[in-house]
Amino acid sequence: MSKEYILEISNLSVSYGGIKAVKDISFAVPKGEVVTLIGANGAGKSSTLRAIVGLEKPAAGSIKFAGEELAGLSTDAIVEKGITLVPEGRRVFPNLTVLENLKIGAYMRKDDLSKDIEWVCDLFPRLKERSWQKAGTLSGGEQQMLAIGRALMSKPSVIMMDEPSLGLAPIVVQGVFDIIKEINRQGVTILLVEQNANMALKAADQAYVMETGRITMSGTGTELLENDDIKAAYLGKSKK
Amino acid sequence: MNMSKKTKNICTAILILVAVILITLFDNDVIGNAYIKRVLNLAAIYAIISVSMNLVNGFTGMFSLGQAGFMAIGAFTVAVFTVPAESIPSIFYIEPMAPWLAAIRLPFVVALLVGGLIAAVLALIIGYPVLRLKSDYLAIATLGFSEIIRIVFTQMQTITNGALGIKCIPGITTMWVPFGAAAICIGIMVLLINSSYGRAFKAIREDDIAAEAMGINLSFHKNLSFAISSFFTAIAGGLFASLLTAVDPKQFYFTLTYNFLLIIVLGGMGSVTGTIIASFIITGGLEWLRFFDEPLSVMGYNIPIFRAGLRMVVFSLLLMILVLFYRKGIMGQKEFSWDGIYNWIMKVKTRLSRKKGGA
Repeated sequence: MSKEYILEISNLSVSYGGIKAVKDISFAVPKGEVVTLIGANGAGKSSTLRAIVGLEKPAAGSIKFAGEELAGLSTDAIVEKGITLVPEGRRVFPNLTVLENLKIGAYMRKDDLSKDIEWVCDLFPRLKERSWQKAGTLSGGEQQMLAIGRALMSKPSVIMMDEPSLGLAPIVVQGVFDIIKEINRQGVTILLVEQNANMALKAADQAYVMETGRITMSGTGTELLENDDIKAAYLGKSKK
Repeated sequence: MNMSKKTKNICTAILILVAVILITLFDNDVIGNAYIKRVLNLAAIYAIISVSMNLVNGFTGMFSLGQAGFMAIGAFTVAVFTVPAESIPSIFYIEPMAPWLAAIRLPFVVALLVGGLIAAVLALIIGYPVLRLKSDYLAIATLGFSEIIRIVFTQMQTITNGALGIKCIPGITTMWVPFGAAAICIGIMVLLINSSYGRAFKAIREDDIAAEAMGINLSFHKNLSFAISSFFTAIAGGLFASLLTAVDPKQFYFTLTYNFLLIIVLGGMGSVTGTIIASFIITGGLEWLRFFDEPLSVMGYNIPIFRAGLRMVVFSLLLMILVLFYRKGIMGQKEFSWDGIYNWIMKVKTRLSRKKGGA
């Protein structure tokens, strides 16, 4: 079965000064699926996402979005095409209200927002209750919901999330992943970067393991969950 | 607790009416005197500069200290282009004014706008490289720019008359000019702040990385905010020149910028109404505290510390107290609203009645 790839990354390298964070990686994200990159700190996961959305200039390689080359474009142009990043550590705008946060998410759009605000509020009822509250007063879990909601306001076809479970209680993490599945069910392609390998692999259709800037393993989520090396390295189970 | 929209509109209308009546009374010398009028005019002009400084520092979150320089551009543009042709030879007595410049005489309003545009263009030119810097570094760079402007103006003998400055600038005859200009300039900036551009500015202030990830072009918006701020600062600088009827480069020493920094810190970084209130308090306060500069004798004994300069010491002390105990300023990031006033009155009321009940 041939898949339609919405995002194709080939031979991508990212470096900071002399340090190569991402070394010549290639992978593809099929339309409408959940794809995850897992790996330890410093494996190059976040740098990959930042390069895709144009926050870092790739040193080499190409990033194709629905056939169009993205490498070298500015972030605003990339967001306008329909890729949004939920940055690591949530990064909501603390002194602005929840509603203002959502409106900034839709900054690149000039059309009517009310329908999408309603949609996001339906996805996250907590945000609706707190729409007049300052984002900085929300709990960590609510801030993560807001960060996701804010990214959804740009109506992306691909949403990239950088460690959405960072610093959240297990029960809240479950909630975040339920939302991720729900968003995916509504037709948004998701590229997920996680350290919580267990949750990420369960949610993912396709998964890649990154180590020191390279992709070392790939497979479907369930395949990797069963893999002994992965179990030992990321899931805390010893090899038999 | 909220007030109905109708009551709010009536309150706003009354406030505007009171302001209009007061200005008319002042203007026709029914109340007040030239001194009070001068202080009020200056406060209105300072309000424009402070709000435009707040646009950059409070709303966009960039620490810029270039205000005095942009003010100088506006002031000298108005001075150079509106000085009457017949007084030019007597003003430029060391070296004559450049003839091509002396030939161009502009009406006041046009000169104001030209000054604003020159400042905005210069802001764009220096903003592109400089606005990549953050916090203290940006402050140093903009401060340096402001000093460069001052020194260049001191050297341009045939254009600005150098250190001698320009006098005999046609003055402002009515309070409607500074107050009207303040209403228009601040009104435009408020509209901007409430637009989607304003939201982008605030997003950059809150978290520039997240703002960039949302597709907000950082460099474009920072430059936009900086240029608009410079434009209005220069307009106010032009009014300032016309109010004083004389300008010289020494007036625009970098310490002038700290006046405005003070106003926006006192008023609240990120509050337009707070800034307006503070500019009247600071401008008025600096005048009111003047008695500290006068010699004071109690029962024939001259108190030695009452001498020129004490005013600024007292002023600095007041500022320290302010920063220690009232860090967010008068308004913080809030804006004046009738609801706010109403809730505040209610809170005071319940507190008073509770005290009575307890006693």
